[in-house]
Amino acid sequence: MNNGIEKAPTGIEGFDEITEGGLPRGRPSLVCGSAGCGKTLFATSFLVNGARAGEPGLFVTFEERPPDITANVESLGFALDQLVADGLFQFEHVAFDPTDLEEVGDYDLEGLFLRLELAVEEIGAKRIVLDTIESLFSAFENQAILRAEIRRLFDWLKEKGLTAVITGERGDGSLTRQGLEEYVSDCVVLLDHRVHNQVSTRRLRIVKYRGTAHGTNEYPFLIGHDGFSVLPVSSLGLTHQVFDERISSGIPDLDEMLAGGGFHRGSSILLSGVAGSGKSSMAMCFAAEACRRGEKALYLSFEEAPEQTVRNMRSIGIDLQPCIDTGLLHCVAARPTFYSLEMHLAIILREVARWQPSLVILDPISAFLDSGESLEVQSMLLRVVDYLKTHGITGVFTHLTHEQGQTKTDAGLSSLMDAWLLLLNREINGEFNRELYLLKARGISHSNQVREFVMSEAGINLLAPYLGENGALTGSARRFEEARVRRRETERRANAAALQQQVQQRRRRAEAQIAALRADLEADEAELRRLMGAEEDFQRTASADLAEMAASRRT
Amino acid sequence: MSETDNLETDAAKGIELTLYVAGQTPKSVAAIRNLERLCAESPGLALQVKVIDLKENPRLAREHNIVAIPTLVRKLPAPVQKIIGDLSDTEKVLVHLQLGDAS
Repeated sequence: MNNGIEKAPTGIEGFDEITEGGLPRGRPSLVCGSAGCGKTLFATSFLVNGARAGEPGLFVTFEERPPDITANVESLGFALDQLVADGLFQFEHVAFDPTDLEEVGDYDLEGLFLRLELAVEEIGAKRIVLDTIESLFSAFENQAILRAEIRRLFDWLKEKGLTAVITGERGDGSLTRQGLEEYVSDCVVLLDHRVHNQVSTRRLRIVKYRGTAHGTNEYPFLIGHDGFSVLPVSSLGLTHQVFDERISSGIPDLDEMLAGGGFHRGSSILLSGVAGSGKSSMAMCFAAEACRRGEKALYLSFEEAPEQTVRNMRSIGIDLQPCIDTGLLHCVAARPTFYSLEMHLAIILREVARWQPSLVILDPISAFLDSGESLEVQSMLLRVVDYLKTHGITGVFTHLTHEQGQTKTDAGLSSLMDAWLLLLNREINGEFNRELYLLKARGISHSNQVREFVMSEAGINLLAPYLGENGALTGSARRFEEARVRRRETERRANAAALQQQVQQRRRRAEAQIAALRADLEADEAELRRLMGAEEDFQRTASADLAEMAASRRT
Repeated sequence: MSETDNLETDAAKGIELTLYVAGQTPKSVAAIRNLERLCAESPGLALQVKVIDLKENPRLAREHNIVAIPTLVRKLPAPVQKIIGDLSDTEKVLVHLQLGDAS
């Protein structure tokens, strides 16, 4: 990238990514924002992380007392006392007492400079925070002197090679109330705290960062249990890894529907369906299967408590508790209305980054539609999808539809998804039957059939499609049809047997007739033979008689 | 010029003044000169004046919480009063030190 400017990592999650390395080393940076938006925390994180990395830091506070700051950040795991004891951290409290401070004639802030110099030398500080220098403006009247001195201070910081963070209060129409931005030319970070639909979101924007590439968007940031984290959600491209490896869905029958068995690793799989169509259960099958393979899975639930999910999954013969206990399955539950969209996105991405799962489930993404506008939801989910893909993580998203077989999602997500399973729950003849079909699966030839899917104690099974005369059938209609066909078959067999018998009988009759006729013929022939014999005898007798008669006449 | 108690006073009324300077900068020099002049012009005041050069002992800047240079601090009588600047307007200095009616 840009090697022109050396950078000092802030150690703030995400911030170093969007700035490609951190704040400009050896230069002052301005962090401005309205009250309560996390300026001091940003600055403290910068110092503490620097101190932990071996760069001693000096915290110059003009407002809060050091013990207060120490107490404030203690809950975030920053043990300032220890760092102070180790000589890696020091406070310089520049207090302005309320007593009357009168100005008579010309003065400068050399006292401040001397104090800073002393403190910097004492611990060998490489980093410094001035929080917030604007207090000077309320303490001193002579603005001309003050501005000249502040300019001198910034020059001094640069001269000393200190990586500095200067905080400033947000002003009307300008970044800071006192126009501090005109002194800081290198890096200006704006922190913001906005409330939209009664949900507050903290955002961070890098207004300028001279001499380096940086993300220019507003990034949501989080002040959580573990400090300040910025979520570089927009800095994502389409350069994700592509896998040929297939992973099982945990439902063998479903894997079979895809030529080659299962889905591609790193693909995004959408499960959409109406209420009660088995989306969550199916999604959890993916998770259980991932855990069985020994991979980590992250389950982000926006409607159910993890405990409830675990209980529910037991009813279909899948026990997730061992997966949770062994640390393979991590569940995070948050109501969509609990945070703003950006914050949700931020949390999702942070959890993914921390947990490093190979499979992430978002259940359901439709829950967000109630908390924001669909365009925003879409862009947020797009980022999630992109993020997961970039990291080769398989994403399983469930989506609650209100219309049966709806082939478009409210969030317009369908085109982002690599595979889309449509789950139906159809009422036919007084019963609901669950059906599933693969609407699309990029790069995998797949079955086009609507399969009936049955959830039982033995898990999820897909039944082979029944294609009757009247189309595919499910549930009792299917059973009825099967019985009907069976009956018809028996009937047909019976008919055939009867027909066969008939023919045989007829043949027997015909054969009998033939035998009778043959007997008649034989009788006739016998009679003929008898007649022929009689005729012969007659002829013989007649000739004998004739001869006898002739002989008698001669005598 | 360090911690000089070079200004003669009566030391009776116990007005303690400390002037913080930083080296020989024009402002510091001017402040010392102006304070000397003030003492000279108001002989009735029992002024105890101490000049501290923070350049030589910057630790005192932290301990005494000094930001601006020069700073004149009236430690006694209480309450503490601070005046910053080169003290060019002695009249104003006297008013702010509430020494005007004390004399």
